[in-house]
Amino acid sequence: MKVAVVGAGPAGVRAVERLVAAGLSPVWIDEASDGGGRIYQRPPPGLARDARSLYGFEAKRATALHDTLDALKPRCDWRPDTLVWHIRPGARQLQTLCGGRQDAVTYDAAILCTGAMDRVIPLPGWTRPGVTTMGAAQIALKTQGCAIGHRVVFLGTGPLLWLVAYQYAKAGADVAGVLDTTPFITKARATPGLLLGGATFAKGLYYIAWLRRRGIRIAEGVTPLAIEGGDDGVTAVTWRDAAGRDHRIDCDAVGMGWGLKPEAQLADLAAVPFRHDALQANWVPVRDGAGRTPVAGIYLAGDGAGIGGAEVAEMTGARAALAVLEDAGHRLDPIETVALDRRLASQARFRAALERAFPFPAHLARAMADDTLLCRCEGLRAGELRAAARAEAATGPAPEMNRAKAFTRVGMGRCQGRVCGAAAAEILAAELNCTVPQIGRLRGQPPVKPIPISAEAAP
Amino acid sequence: MTTTCDVLIQGGGGAGCSAALHLAQRGMRVILLERGLVGGQASGVNYGGVRQQGRNPAELPIARRSREIWGRLGVLVGTDAEFTVTGHLKLARSEAEEAELIAYLDVAKQHDLPLRMVGRNAIHRDYPWLGPLVVAGSFAPEDGAANPRLLSPALAHAARAAGADIREHAEVVAHAHDGARFTLRTKAGESFAAPVLLNVAGFWGGAVAAAFGEAVPIEPLSPNMAVTEPLPYFIEPNLGVVGGNVYLRQIPRGNVILGGGHGEADASIPWSRPLPEVTMEAAQLATQLVPALAGVQIIRSWSGIDGRMPDRIPVIGPSRTTAGLFHAFGFSGHGFQLGPGIGAIMAELIVDGRTDIPLDPFRIDRF
Repeated sequence: MKVAVVGAGPAGVRAVERLVAAGLSPVWIDEASDGGGRIYQRPPPGLARDARSLYGFEAKRATALHDTLDALKPRCDWRPDTLVWHIRPGARQLQTLCGGRQDAVTYDAAILCTGAMDRVIPLPGWTRPGVTTMGAAQIALKTQGCAIGHRVVFLGTGPLLWLVAYQYAKAGADVAGVLDTTPFITKARATPGLLLGGATFAKGLYYIAWLRRRGIRIAEGVTPLAIEGGDDGVTAVTWRDAAGRDHRIDCDAVGMGWGLKPEAQLADLAAVPFRHDALQANWVPVRDGAGRTPVAGIYLAGDGAGIGGAEVAEMTGARAALAVLEDAGHRLDPIETVALDRRLASQARFRAALERAFPFPAHLARAMADDTLLCRCEGLRAGELRAAARAEAATGPAPEMNRAKAFTRVGMGRCQGRVCGAAAAEILAAELNCTVPQIGRLRGQPPVKPIPISAEAAP
Repeated sequence: MTTTCDVLIQGGGGAGCSAALHLAQRGMRVILLERGLVGGQASGVNYGGVRQQGRNPAELPIARRSREIWGRLGVLVGTDAEFTVTGHLKLARSEAEEAELIAYLDVAKQHDLPLRMVGRNAIHRDYPWLGPLVVAGSFAPEDGAANPRLLSPALAHAARAAGADIREHAEVVAHAHDGARFTLRTKAGESFAAPVLLNVAGFWGGAVAAAFGEAVPIEPLSPNMAVTEPLPYFIEPNLGVVGGNVYLRQIPRGNVILGGGHGEADASIPWSRPLPEVTMEAAQLATQLVPALAGVQIIRSWSGIDGRMPDRIPVIGPSRTTAGLFHAFGFSGHGFQLGPGIGAIMAELIVDGRTDIPLDPFRIDRF
């Protein structure tokens, strides 16, 4: 049986580990040079920083994953630096691009561990140089040992906000402010559920306490106003506090993000149906508890199958591999699967509490000013999307997301709506006075990411 | 309960929406039934070429009529659907292809279609970005391109304003004719009846015809389309080649839209996708025509479903089995430019009982 695993983050590593243990040698494809996923992305050779300083509390887990990854590489068909840009579920074929060369990989079963990316809510000035996603700010630190600026403001919500701010401050960067759009009370209410998270929750509390002890400016329940500056960079962030007072923090860089969303384009192209998860406020591909999808041969694991975090990703990766083996007629140890399923169920309860603690602030997207740049690829402002929803244009109203894309080009550019899609959906839904599930989601179209027009076929 | 009207239209592509508009303007009570949203298949996802040059000679009278409507689309529906008269440059990559271009000049002349040859020297002087493979071209100054995503919705919106009842998400699941009236039932259980039925259902028009005892050999056709990231604007004319294995155009915003070959489709769902190897083949042919495209990124690719007839021209005209039934489907990849004109011509056929446009080559019983 030929198994392909896409992604070498926590989910991919544990999936491949389980497949190799069963005597298989999967094709293992990753976009990065050395695997690890975004969370445990590895520095380039020669960067002399130890795991402890790169990964903090997660150093042990990161090192364990990297060790497993390195041990598995020679036992698989390991293909780093390779983008899977399309999938043909009928032909059971993955389309890959590596070093400018096209290739196709056939599979009997494919486990897609495609990870996640930050959810962004555009605000005035968000495209200035010096503004990055929270994830990108973290990757700069982890893989290059550099900060995104000298004086950095972190803006958004979610566990990553506090973690990245902590990591930056600890690495010696000047963290000028941590601006959480979630009010303190929302987080406090979720505390009973968060206790399920045990050590993870404790670490979160530690980061917050540590940042406070260092005297770093922290505000909760904020409304971001603008990122000020010019074409050459950022000079300040302005925001409104819960009492309605306006504030300004000078800075030269901003890391921002409002939780994560699955990078599920491959699952979409594989024709896996999606459902809207109200708690995560994300469209997630449909799968069972073991990662099986309604599409023959397609299995999902990790954050790409729905946000769960790195620890859950390791478990879902192993679980999906077990499902592949089970479906191929391998005998499994029932104790292993039962134990794994039980741990996954417990983690799901913690994750639900985390989502309640840091809900996606749809109201910020819905309140976006008409002249705010919404879709940066196509230069579309929020007001232009709103106009398309109403019957103002000669084309009539756009009643759903893909029609709005057709009329306005929202989500039609280089990123295919990966960046602006979540906010655009909220704006359209608000204008049409309906819910995000009602207006649907942007259809996936190949390539998953841009590919060069002149890519050669592999010999 | 059955809703009645003068004319029922099945299919909300460019032809159907244009027919709804023209019929409504003539005072007819029209109901158009569309399975999804208007312009969802071939009319909405095609290349966007508004091209007359190279059309089958039989199609040219329709193409001329349609071009006249394209020219006043802004007045007719309130938007020009980004129709831009860039000219269409058809390229020859060999002597044999050049001979084909020359031969077509006579066809164009017969139909008053402005067309001129661009010879071996002039082609590289006038279009210095063309690759060495190109030996000659023929240029149709009246041709151009438009945004297919806007045409059908704009026609439908104008048709509604003129009084037509355009129903989206209304999939027809049953057809009946009692000798005087057609009755169509939708998936939602609604019934619609009229003495006239216009079948403009694209590939699925074949099934409608079959329901009235005149099946035709139609097959699904899925154009394989892709678009690049935006680049500085330099390719003004809409480009094609003899043989048609690649076509490309650049919009002023910078993106290059290119097509060639066919994707895969399942018309029963309906579902369609471009094929990776076909996209890369078209991309390679495109860089041979315009070498400056090498290294540019493709950001998106797509397909849709059209109907193709064995002789590559559509079925247009009255039914041979059922009085009151009219067909216009199976446009074989030519429907976008022809659509607005088809709507006007079908309205004439239905209201006046005649049209000046010769339709004999398109009769349904020709197979």
